[in-house]
Amino acid sequence: MKRSGFSFLARPQFAALIAVLFINWLLFPGFFDITWQDGRLFGSLIDVLNRGAPVAILAIGMTAVIATKGVDLSVGAVMAISGAVAASLVVGGTASWIAVLAALGIGLACGLWNGMLVTVLDMQPIIATLVLMVAGRGLAQLITEGSIVTFSDPLLIFIGTGSFLGFPMPVVIAFVLLVGSTLAVRRTALGLLIEAVGVNRSAARFAGITSGALLLLVYAFAGFCAAVSGLIVAGDIRGADANNSGLWLELDAILAVVIGGTSLLGGRFSIPMSVLGAMIIQAMNTGILISGFSPEFNLVVKSGVIILILVLQSPLAARLFSRGHARPEPATAPRTTP
Amino acid sequence: MNRSLRPLAATATIFVLAYLAAVSQHPGMLSTRVLGNFLTDNAFLGIAAVGMTFVIISGGIDLSVGAVIGFTTVLIAVLIMWVGLHPLVAFAIALAVSALFGACMGAAIHYLKVPSFIVTLAGMFLARGGASVLSPDSIGIKHEFYSTISKSYLLMPGGGRLTVIGGIMIAVFLFGIVLAHRTRFGSYVYALGGNETSAALMGVPVARTTIQIYMLSSTLAGLAGIVFSLYTSAGYSLSALGVELDAIAAVVIGGTLLTGGYGFVAGTFVGVMLQGLVQTYIVFDGSLSSWWTKIVIGALLFMFILLQRLVFTASAPSRKVLWKT
Amino acid sequence: MPNIPRDGLEPVLRARKITKIFGRHRALDDVDFDIYGGEVHALLGENGAGKSTLIKILTGAYQPDEGEILLAGQPVSFRDPLQAQAKGIGTVYQEVNLLPNRSVAENLFLGHQPTRFGIVQRKAIEAKARDVLATYGLEIDVRAELGSYSVAVQQVVAIARAVELSGKVLVLDEPTASLDHNEVRKMFEVVERLKARGLAIVFITHFLDQVFEIADRVTVLRNGRKVGTENLADVTATDVVRMMLGKDIAFGHQPTRIGEAETGPARVEFTDLGKSGKVAPFSLTLHEGEVVGVAGLLGSGRTEMARLMFGVDAADSGRVRVGGKPVTISNPSQAVAAGFGFCPEDRKIDGIFGDLSVRENIIIALQAKLGWFKALNRDEQIEIAGRFAEALDIRAASHDMPVKLLSGGNQQKVILARWLAIDPGFLILDEPTRGIDVGAHAEIVRTINRLREDGLALLVISSELDEVVAYSNRVVVMRDREMVAELTGEDISPAVIVNAIAENKTRSAS
Repeated sequence: MKRSGFSFLARPQFAALIAVLFINWLLFPGFFDITWQDGRLFGSLIDVLNRGAPVAILAIGMTAVIATKGVDLSVGAVMAISGAVAASLVVGGTASWIAVLAALGIGLACGLWNGMLVTVLDMQPIIATLVLMVAGRGLAQLITEGSIVTFSDPLLIFIGTGSFLGFPMPVVIAFVLLVGSTLAVRRTALGLLIEAVGVNRSAARFAGITSGALLLLVYAFAGFCAAVSGLIVAGDIRGADANNSGLWLELDAILAVVIGGTSLLGGRFSIPMSVLGAMIIQAMNTGILISGFSPEFNLVVKSGVIILILVLQSPLAARLFSRGHARPEPATAPRTTP
Repeated sequence: MNRSLRPLAATATIFVLAYLAAVSQHPGMLSTRVLGNFLTDNAFLGIAAVGMTFVIISGGIDLSVGAVIGFTTVLIAVLIMWVGLHPLVAFAIALAVSALFGACMGAAIHYLKVPSFIVTLAGMFLARGGASVLSPDSIGIKHEFYSTISKSYLLMPGGGRLTVIGGIMIAVFLFGIVLAHRTRFGSYVYALGGNETSAALMGVPVARTTIQIYMLSSTLAGLAGIVFSLYTSAGYSLSALGVELDAIAAVVIGGTLLTGGYGFVAGTFVGVMLQGLVQTYIVFDGSLSSWWTKIVIGALLFMFILLQRLVFTASAPSRKVLWKT
Repeated sequence: MPNIPRDGLEPVLRARKITKIFGRHRALDDVDFDIYGGEVHALLGENGAGKSTLIKILTGAYQPDEGEILLAGQPVSFRDPLQAQAKGIGTVYQEVNLLPNRSVAENLFLGHQPTRFGIVQRKAIEAKARDVLATYGLEIDVRAELGSYSVAVQQVVAIARAVELSGKVLVLDEPTASLDHNEVRKMFEVVERLKARGLAIVFITHFLDQVFEIADRVTVLRNGRKVGTENLADVTATDVVRMMLGKDIAFGHQPTRIGEAETGPARVEFTDLGKSGKVAPFSLTLHEGEVVGVAGLLGSGRTEMARLMFGVDAADSGRVRVGGKPVTISNPSQAVAAGFGFCPEDRKIDGIFGDLSVRENIIIALQAKLGWFKALNRDEQIEIAGRFAEALDIRAASHDMPVKLLSGGNQQKVILARWLAIDPGFLILDEPTRGIDVGAHAEIVRTINRLREDGLALLVISSELDEVVAYSNRVVVMRDREMVAELTGEDISPAVIVNAIAENKTRSAS
């Protein structure tokens, strides 16, 4: 159960990523070529990292939520809100750093709202976050007044398209968030406490863990990550598109987390593995694009991946793979007095 | 009052008040023409929402309905325009395909023991992807049958038109009401939503019912796709984007509990009409923008989820009992 | 006393030599059980005695590993509860397994509704439902949802459904657990009516006086074995309590006591702590180096008392002082901060984090106490886990393995280690030896003694009277959600405890 070090290299997900990249290379022999131009790296591989960054960032936030046995359906809508806030502010003449902070603050507030519904009102996460999923895009359109707000603010554009040490900014931001959040959960007690709450909330209560604050934090962080992602997407197209920014990306983020091996039933989680999952998704996207299929064909492949994972994780498969390990008690037996 | 009726009563009251308020500002909204347009414009949503009602009452959720609508429109367009089938044959094939699709999702949910939202999410990707593989571009449908249908309507008093697709929606709602409240299948759906363990112990065929529920939802989504194709005379893989969210909102606003077990098909009708009212009001007003629809729907959704929590957690058993001794 | 054979009468249901094994644990070992028509047969036993396993086998939820079930003399085997139901064995579970969201009528006939052209004949069902319930003396609006009625009514509806569909044997699993006095009366009237109709009724409860009131015979299980079956007319409540808590307790027999040591100053004082509907207000002071044993049958309020002390349920009256200073304890994290620890009875649900490692399970409470930011690093975790694992002799191949793979006894010790790691002043152990190999019992008892010698104050809830007597400095007895006795010195003996538990219950034994 040791997570640090390089043990993740031995995981099947890593092999899957290699396999997808290898197929891409077969389809497009120049796939692994990386060139240095104008002080930054170029190449298909860099492109995979760059395009995959928004989902990877969402997945970072989503991982902790799912680890607590929750889910956040609103992150796509929060992306739209964050982009809209930043774009409208800079167009209105606000200093760009204030606009960025405001966008991040709004994301945090959205996450806190979700967290409040889950903890204070004790709503099911899927229902609580559905509210913002429905209304959020409307709010984003309200802010942009229905149009795509374009801007030429250098800071926002730098966030979406700039580079640092040769790497595209989205990749750098995703990497910083990955390292930062991994350290934050593993160097403090947060990771263990989140897992404890996800594994057994009742036992967590008996052990003196106050899960309310923990859940608030986790949802707020998911909102924050969504806001970061929203800024990147807005900077990339130099405008805030309230209709399409982050559309369906919440589903990609959930998928990335699931591919990364965090169970939807909560418990053990790994942020790096979720990011790896996001990269697998993006590598498939890119592969489909270079092989000439329409981008929508991607959806078919994605659904295939989900079905495969579901089958592999199902109790049915567990029974097939481990015959002889008879389960002591049927889980569905009616409850009687012990 | 039966406590499960309270959210529905609230919705109906809100609808009546909102309609009166809208009429007081825009008297033009009080006409059967507007009503006819209401029914026509929301027909596909209403039909899909009936299926969604059953899914939610059973304690599940179906994220694939919008995608199934989109897929169906493309499939029908392809079958009519490229293969040259008669629309009615194309419709039959489309319904069969969507029924099979739903059955597969239901089977996956039951046998793989995975949450419905993730299975239907895969279904959504598959249907959208499949549609764009069939044809990434919009296909216009030109067929006599289509023009005949779109010209046919019943004239209502006051000059309003009840179109064929509006009529189909009303028929689907009536069918849904009977199915939910007057058949064994209906009682099994409520039983699953109430408590699956109890239901199984009481002899409810859980596997069969689960499969049937998702089959029903997808079939109705397929029918909604047919209606959508009649409405737009086109097939496009990205049509009806996000309709699943509108359908879920209509169901919840209509008084169905998102956690399952309680709800009314008739309530969903009010929910759909309330959404239609918001849209129509915004059109009539002219100064309001379309995004207010989403915000208002979101706010209503939140209000009703909150209302349901209050109604269903606060009321303790209190019924008077006569014991004969 | 053996079963009294009823001349010429075949038992409706007979289970012979039933054995059921889960993993290495024998949940049932060679148990016989039979029941005749027109009889109420009570089944008694503490948690883990095997009651629920036996019931699940009789009703088809489990299949026995050995032994056979005879229904009216014919061997049968049930694939699932539905099949058992169809063959005549209906069950009403403690938590009513009906649908609170549906009407009473639908609950009675779900799956068997008469239909015409696929349309359910609602009026016919409602009329029939009214008729059926009238035979139970119940006149209610059958169209109203079941959940709007009290638990007692729901129980009767569940009984009516079971009888309608099965009609030979009725298994009532703690039907009175959440009923008030009047409702129990009504329930018994219903049971009497069914008995008069010739049904065979298996009645499971932990209320002894109810057994004497309604049942004809009683079978007592203990640790998966049958202690005996008696005609209730021939025994007293004290006899039955003795059977439940260990039939080898002979009166006058005194287990070796080790709990006589001197105690230190007061560590925790609970004054008038109570919660209406759960536990009547009680006062109890625990001293350093003292073990207070809690005796009482299941449902007597013993676990509820512990939950109040630890803040799992918030008390609505009373004060708590720790080391002489008043503290507020309204949730477990405050209790942990005050230096309390609690090993709950249901390890699986309230205790262990199955997927987390042994090491993490041991340090989790300390970590929760330290807060989010003062993380124990890996070396500290290894050191702490290693220290307490050694002290308690936790046998695990590795401390990195998921705790769910450990045996019950080792899991229990892991939870104990979790609390010792916070260096507690006061420790509550709820049934610490439940579900643990008999061999490991002695070890747990030794550990309790050692903790006492280290100066801890301990509250130990247990139905193992020998063990309670062995380690307690004082014993409090719970009955009917009330603390009814506090025993010290010479009074700490199985005989006195059994009498205190059974007191007032002998009156109905005739």
